[in-house]
Amino acid sequence: MQAGKLTQRSEGKGAITEPAWVRYLLITAALAFLALFLLMPLAAVFVQALDKGWEAYLEALKEPDTISAIRLTLITAAVCVPLNLFFGIVASWAIAKFSFRGKSFLITLIDLPFSVSPVVSGLIYVLIFGLQGWLGPWLQAHDIKIIFAVPGIVLATVFVTFPFIARELIPLMESQGREEEEAALTLGASGLQTFFRVTFPNIKWGILYGVILCNARAMGEFGAVSVVSGHVRGSTNTIPLQVEILYNEYNYAAAFAVASLLALLALVTLAIKTVSEWKLQQSISVAGKER
Amino acid sequence: MSIDIEGISKTFGGFTALDNVSLKVPSGELVALLGPSGSGKTSLLRIIAGLEAPDSGRILFDGEEATKRQVQERQVGFVFQHYALFRHMTVFDNIAFGLTVKPKKIRPGKQEIRDKVNKLLHLIQLENLADRYPAQLSGGQRQRVALARALAVEPQVLLLDEPFGALDAKVRLELRRWLRRLHDEIHVTSVFVTHDQEEALEVADRIVVMNNGRIEQQGTPSEVYDHPATPFVYDFLGNVNLFQGRVHEGTAQMGGLNLSSPENASAHDAPAVGYVRSHDIAIERQAGDPGAIKAEVRYLLSVGPLVRVDLLLPDGNRTIEVDLTREEAERLQLTIGEQVFARPRKMRVFVDDYQI
Repeated sequence: MQAGKLTQRSEGKGAITEPAWVRYLLITAALAFLALFLLMPLAAVFVQALDKGWEAYLEALKEPDTISAIRLTLITAAVCVPLNLFFGIVASWAIAKFSFRGKSFLITLIDLPFSVSPVVSGLIYVLIFGLQGWLGPWLQAHDIKIIFAVPGIVLATVFVTFPFIARELIPLMESQGREEEEAALTLGASGLQTFFRVTFPNIKWGILYGVILCNARAMGEFGAVSVVSGHVRGSTNTIPLQVEILYNEYNYAAAFAVASLLALLALVTLAIKTVSEWKLQQSISVAGKER
Repeated sequence: MSIDIEGISKTFGGFTALDNVSLKVPSGELVALLGPSGSGKTSLLRIIAGLEAPDSGRILFDGEEATKRQVQERQVGFVFQHYALFRHMTVFDNIAFGLTVKPKKIRPGKQEIRDKVNKLLHLIQLENLADRYPAQLSGGQRQRVALARALAVEPQVLLLDEPFGALDAKVRLELRRWLRRLHDEIHVTSVFVTHDQEEALEVADRIVVMNNGRIEQQGTPSEVYDHPATPFVYDFLGNVNLFQGRVHEGTAQMGGLNLSSPENASAHDAPAVGYVRSHDIAIERQAGDPGAIKAEVRYLLSVGPLVRVDLLLPDGNRTIEVDLTREEAERLQLTIGEQVFARPRKMRVFVDDYQI
């Protein structure tokens, strides 16, 4: 009897099936948590932003300081993402396809920005480039501004967002091995041909995934940027900093209107991420089948 | 194109993969590198291809130094154990790849590429699968596509790294016979790596047996099988029984047998090991023959066309394996537990080197 019962259970709904009420309890708890801490705040952003109607919403976005903040944010992302895309591909290529001394050290180094508080990342740059910093006097003598200026914001953002693309690509490229590249080389392909015709098509969804995550973080970074920006209105404020300023001035509708831009960005990111993750899974499972 | 390998050595970290290996592969031959895993056979193949650089030694193609040549310049076709097909390309594009990456000046035209790929698809009998992706093919089909891809660039040398290792037994058998026929047609100098002795014996013109980064023996399949040069080769090729004993001035004493062993004429009462293939032992009911040992039948097992008999030697703790044909087994009608006489038809005695 018991043996029959056991086989039935493992053949039926999987060996680790819980009673129905446990499953529903767990699912409800997870959904309630998500609703309370994610969906409600997200909805609140849009409700607050549109509190005084569309007119006021658009008016808040048209304000010159806000437009300047949007422009700076776009510039920062436009510099950071390509830089990190390049470094990310180079680093993960080196790590996945070659074996060399200090490889694990390099991986740790790539992860460093993840483990350091963004405020500390900002302070590092102040220490190096600030007036009292190591390079401060020299920079001042040559009239180069880094801290409390756009270059500082870009540097801090590059630092914070560095791991996103590399971290995405390293496991993917490692799982794919290097036999396809070797095959391309024996067939007479040059290094560049091998990259663009063999490697790139295999990692493109991973790259897209990394790029959108990196972009979302580059646009939304607050801590590190806050330290190096100096909060000069209309000049060194990014969107997150502008939101904070508006909020501190009790200008809630405007603050939430600007914040809704970031929330919108998050939703778009989420959508692209879902698609690219799905495609990524597909390319991995194809790779798995081929082994 | 002939390949000359001169004194190649290669270490990975502290592991010696190849230890001063020299080998000549004449033009147009199909040579098997045979050995257990870790014997250095794959490393040697990758060094010939240029995918790995040797620590010392030279590679010559047609007598010309090629050690420093880039992979792309070597004109080798390489077939990987796990196919390494480009997963995002169709079968057609996979085969065409080598042609489409040629520099503009020498790249054939579109129509020419199409004709060539179709010809190769015909050769590998996959004409109607040209638009499939690798993931949609079976293992045997993938490996044939990999072979066609390698042949498309008309390589001077074809290198195959355990090409049938990932396939199931029946497909493996079919494909290796197909490879043999293919080689008879196109005669490209080929080197293939395998750990499967049967595969090497069946396919290759010449077998190079490797062990611990060295070449143990090379020769035609029948040479290495019938006249193994070292105990390792004996052990690795075919099923073998070991007898411990001593050898003295050309006469060996092995487990109660006296045998002449002319190749050890200079040995003086040295410990020795005798090797007998399991199909080189006859089982008899009558004693009579002085060259036979008394033994007891322990197990009988039918293995396809053969019957495997385990015999327990009189010392009570060593067994030997004997392979009988079905006819022999039926004639003898052996039963478990009965006493018989085993007569080695052919034994090769090696002085035991490991003793000091």
